[in-house]
Amino acid sequence: MRDQLEGSLGIARTVARCRPEVVSAYPISPQTHIVEALSDMVRTGELAPCEYMLVESEFAAMSAAIGASAMGARAYTATASQGLLYMAEALFNASGLGLPIVMTLANRAIGAPINIWNDHSDAMSQRDSGWIQLYAESNQAAIDLHVQAFALAEELSLPVMVCVDGFVLTHAVEPLDVPEQQEVDAFLPPYEPRQVLDPEDPVTIGAMVGPEAFTEVRYLAHAKQMQALDLVPEIASRFTQAFGRASGGLLHRYRTEGAETIVVALGSVLGTVEDVVDGLRESGERIGALGITCFRPFPLEEVRAALAEARRVVVVERAFAVGIGGIVGQNVRLALDGLPPIVHDVVAGLGGRAVTRRSLESLLADVRAGRLEPGRLHFLDLDTHLVERELQRLQERRRSGPHAENILRDLGAVAARPY
Amino acid sequence: MASRPPVKFFQVGSFAAGNRLLSEDERTVQSDRDRSNALTKGHRACQGCGEALGARYVLDAAMRVTQGRLVAANATGCLEVFSTPYPESSWRLPWLHSLFGNAPAVAAGMAAALRAKGRTDVRVIGQGGDGGTLDIGFACLSGMFERDDDVLYVCYDNEAYMNTGVQRSGATPPAARTATTKPVGDEPGAAFGQGKNAPLIAMAHEIPYVATATVAELHDLEAKVERAMSFRGARYLHVLVPCPLGWGARSADTIRLARLAKETGLFPVFEAEGGEVVSVSKIRRPVPVEEYLRLQRRFAHLFADPPRTDVVGRLQAIADRNIRRFGLVEEATE
Repeated sequence: MRDQLEGSLGIARTVARCRPEVVSAYPISPQTHIVEALSDMVRTGELAPCEYMLVESEFAAMSAAIGASAMGARAYTATASQGLLYMAEALFNASGLGLPIVMTLANRAIGAPINIWNDHSDAMSQRDSGWIQLYAESNQAAIDLHVQAFALAEELSLPVMVCVDGFVLTHAVEPLDVPEQQEVDAFLPPYEPRQVLDPEDPVTIGAMVGPEAFTEVRYLAHAKQMQALDLVPEIASRFTQAFGRASGGLLHRYRTEGAETIVVALGSVLGTVEDVVDGLRESGERIGALGITCFRPFPLEEVRAALAEARRVVVVERAFAVGIGGIVGQNVRLALDGLPPIVHDVVAGLGGRAVTRRSLESLLADVRAGRLEPGRLHFLDLDTHLVERELQRLQERRRSGPHAENILRDLGAVAARPY
Repeated sequence: MASRPPVKFFQVGSFAAGNRLLSEDERTVQSDRDRSNALTKGHRACQGCGEALGARYVLDAAMRVTQGRLVAANATGCLEVFSTPYPESSWRLPWLHSLFGNAPAVAAGMAAALRAKGRTDVRVIGQGGDGGTLDIGFACLSGMFERDDDVLYVCYDNEAYMNTGVQRSGATPPAARTATTKPVGDEPGAAFGQGKNAPLIAMAHEIPYVATATVAELHDLEAKVERAMSFRGARYLHVLVPCPLGWGARSADTIRLARLAKETGLFPVFEAEGGEVVSVSKIRRPVPVEEYLRLQRRFAHLFADPPRTDVVGRLQAIADRNIRRFGLVEEATE
C-alpha cells in the first residue's frame, strides 16, 4: 500500500513483514526511528512471534543476533557509524560463522571529529568484513532491498548489510510502497538454517582452525560471497515478478548509452547525479550515471562492461581511504584494468555536506575541460583557504592546538565564537 | 537449598564425600553410567585442570536436569581452545563459540530465539573464564543480568589469563605473581586494592540466583547447578577452578587447593537469591592462608628471604574479613 511515510518507518514496517524472530538493537542516530518503530510493533503484538532485545551496546546487539541466528531464528539489527565500529569484531565473526543476519546501516560519518551526519565512512570501513553490502538509492529501494536481503542472506547463509543514507533517506518523508504481508510471505520462505544448535543433533560451531585448514575456510567465505554476483540479479528479477517493480540488482545504469562521461556513485547522491545527467543530456552532452547497488561482492565484470565504452569515469564517493584516496575509485580502476577510460576520484559529501547539483555541474565542467588531474584525489567543494590557514599554523607553532576547533574558529561557526 | 542432600558424609581427613556412603538418589551425576559426558574425553586440558573438571560437572548436572535439552555459548579461552582443536570437538551438546567478550550476549540471543520459537524445554548456558567474564565480557554479562535473560552463566575462575600465558585479570588475587605482575619492585605480585568481586556484583543486579562453588566440593557444585536450573531468568555461578600451570602447583593438588581456598576464607562459598545471601558453606576447620599460599609458586616470593610476612598478613586480613562478612565460621555467627 502506498503511504506517506518516513523512510525509517517504511524500513521498519518492511522488516517486520519479513518476520524477524529476534531483533536486538542499541540506539544510535540516525538509525533510532527504525528500532523504535520495531519496538512498538513487538510491544503491540503486530510483529509476533518476535523477541525484541534491549541490549547494552552494538557489540552485544550483533552478538545476540549471532546467538539467535545460530539457534535457527531469523535475526535483525540496525546501527550506524560508531555503532558499526563498536560491533566490528562481531561483524567478522557473524560472516566467518556464515550466519544470515540482516542489518540496516543508517550511513553516518565516523569521528573524530564527532559528526552525526551522513556519509559512507562507516560502511566503507567494514567493506572487507565478509558481509554483503547493498546500497539504497532511495527509500523505496531501501524497502525493497530489505526484502531481498533476507532472501539473499538465507540462501547463501551469509550476513547482509543494507546501507541507507542517514537522515537524507532515514528521515525523509515521502510516498512509499510497503509490501503487504502476504506478498512478503509468498516471496520469502521461512528461514531454513544450514547449521543450527539443536539438542536432537548437537553440533560444535566456532571451533578453532589452525594453518591446516584456515585458508580453505576463508576461501569458502570468498567463494560464497562471489555466488551473490549471480544470486543478487536472480533475486531482483524474482522481486520484480512478485512486486511489479524493478529494484535491487548489482548495478543501476542511467542513460549510459553512448556516454563519454559516466559518473559512478553509491546511495542517495545518485538522485542528484541523475538530475545533473538529465540537464547535461539536454544540452547535448553524452553523459550517464552508474549506481553500484551491490558493493560487496564487487561486480568487477559488470562494472567493466558498463564503463568500457566511456572516455572518462568520475567516481563520486562519500568516504575515502586516508593515505591513498578513493575506495570505490580503486575498485572501479581494477574493473577497468587495461581499458582506456580515465578514472577521476572525487570525495564528496563528507559528514553531511550537501552534494549539490551546482557543485556536480561545476565538477563535470572541470573534468570536461581537463582541469581535473587524473590519478589525483579531488575533494568536492573543499575550502582550501581554511585548510591552508591550519597548515600554516602547524608550521608556525609547535602547540598549534586541535584542528577541528581551530578551523571552526576561523569559520566563525556559532559554537566556536568566543564569549 | 532445597535440592541439596540434608546430610553430608565426610571421610575423616580428606573431607571427600564418597558415593559409596550416599543413598542412590544422592549420588553425583558423574557416578551415573548414563551421564551425558557433555565434555567428553580427548580434550587437550592440562593434567589437573580445574576448569575441565568444573565444566564437566556443571554441564553434566545441567544436562541431567534438562534431560539433555541444553545449548551452550562459550567465550574464547582455555576451555574453548582445549575442547575444540579442529576438526575434533569434545562437546556432546550443541555448542557455539563466538568471541572472547560476548558469550553472555550470544547466550542471551539464543534464549531470545528459543522464546520466540516457544521452546521452553531447551535451556541455555553461557560459560567462560575469569578474563572473558569479569574483564572483556563484563558489559555483556551485566546487560544479560539486568535484562534477566533466561541464561545460566558459569564463570570458571582460575584467577588469571591462563590461555595467553598467565597474565593478571580482574580476578587475580593480591600478591599473586603473573606474567604482568611479576615479583619485582617494592610491591611484588598483583596489587592490593584492585580486582572485582563478580558474585557480589551479580547479586547487585538482583537476579534470581547467584552462587559460588569450588571443584573441591563437587556434590555442592552439582546441587547448585540443579538449583540454578530451577529458576528462570539470569543466573550466575562462579566456580573456583585451580590451574596447576598458572598457579605453579602440583597437578595432584588441584582439589586440595580448591578446598583450602574455601577453608581459609579466601574464597567464600555461598548462595544468593534475589540479591540476598540465603546460604553459606561453613568452614569446618579454619586454616591460615599460609597453608594455601605455600602450595603455589605464584606466591613463592612471599616465603623467600626475607619472607614477606607483612604481605601474608594482608592476605590473612582479606580472608578474615570474608569470614566475618559471610559468617563463614560457625562460631562467628552464633
